Amino acid sequence: MASGNIDALSQFELHTALGEAGAAVHFSQSNLMMVVAAVLTLALLVIGMRPRAMVPGRLQAAAEMIYEFVYSMCVDTIGPEGRRFFPFIFTLFLFILLGNLIGVFPYFFTFTSHIAVTLALTIVVVLMVTLVGLAIHGLHWFSYFVPQGVPKALLPLLVPIEVLSYLSRLISLSVRLFANMMAGHVMLEVFGAFVVMLGAAGWYGWLPAIFAFGVNVILIGFEILVAVLQAYVFAILSCIYLHDAVHLH
Amino acid sequence: MTEEHGGTSFEDRLRAARERRGLDPKPPPPGPSEESEPSLLGLGFRVAVELLSAMLVACAIGWGIDRLAGTRPLFLILFVPLGGAAGILNVWRVFAPRQEAGKERK
Repeated sequence: MASGNIDALSQFELHTALGEAGAAVHFSQSNLMMVVAAVLTLALLVIGMRPRAMVPGRLQAAAEMIYEFVYSMCVDTIGPEGRRFFPFIFTLFLFILLGNLIGVFPYFFTFTSHIAVTLALTIVVVLMVTLVGLAIHGLHWFSYFVPQGVPKALLPLLVPIEVLSYLSRLISLSVRLFANMMAGHVMLEVFGAFVVMLGAAGWYGWLPAIFAFGVNVILIGFEILVAVLQAYVFAILSCIYLHDAVHLH
Repeated sequence: MTEEHGGTSFEDRLRAARERRGLDPKPPPPGPSEESEPSLLGLGFRVAVELLSAMLVACAIGWGIDRLAGTRPLFLILFVPLGGAAGILNVWRVFAPRQEAGKERK
């Protein structure tokens, strides 16, 4: 940015965190933020639920609301069997939600803006869905790839398409989260750079600089919406995939 | 629940009090996000991701088989149309109304 061009992508570079000890084990700031997200989740649930009051306070109400929100999402989407997958979906949702949200704060790193992280999460989801399907239905689960009501002659063509469609979840789920988070932060960086460059250009740049600053303020609000929305979309799509695995066709 | 205070139940009075304090619009923070999902930009982005991801997976598989079997362009050529078809299938799954179980796909 100092040299005059906008360097929007260096914010996603990984550095080692926690000084010497972190450098020795390649503990990056991304990993540190994952720990922060996990600790915040635990804090919300443990400290929030400590009063165990009949009439909940703010923190307890927040904890209960998130719990009930995810619980009803599981049961509504997957069916009564969804209760078994609730811990998994709840963990996934809160981890992604907090990862997205803490990325909005300055000096925090959005670990969900790396495709390595989102792809790893997606691989866990797809592996889990596949294993759940195999565990419930056995080898009969492979009939998921055979569409019903089509002539036998077309099956050699349609089954690979179904398999590809199944596997493309890996990419679509991970790219959706990663691209949304990365695009938002690139936009923030670009407009932030506009403010600095226009402000440094002299008095005639101040009005556009104020405008760019206003855009950035709006973008922050938009980022919060996207953060919550993408965590929700990731969780609900995982639920839908689990539903497909539990109820074949 | 006993009815008192001129026929207004406790629930009604609670709701009125919450509305006065402006508490009610706040409780469902993730709620409105479900409604605001089908914005046109978001929809277009979803379709693009669905199409591209199927194509990417197909290319990766075709290229991988070619690499293992040493039949350089054959399987890649075979899998590219399949990937395109799978992408269309994905998009269809997004928009198609699900007749069984009345479940809509998000």
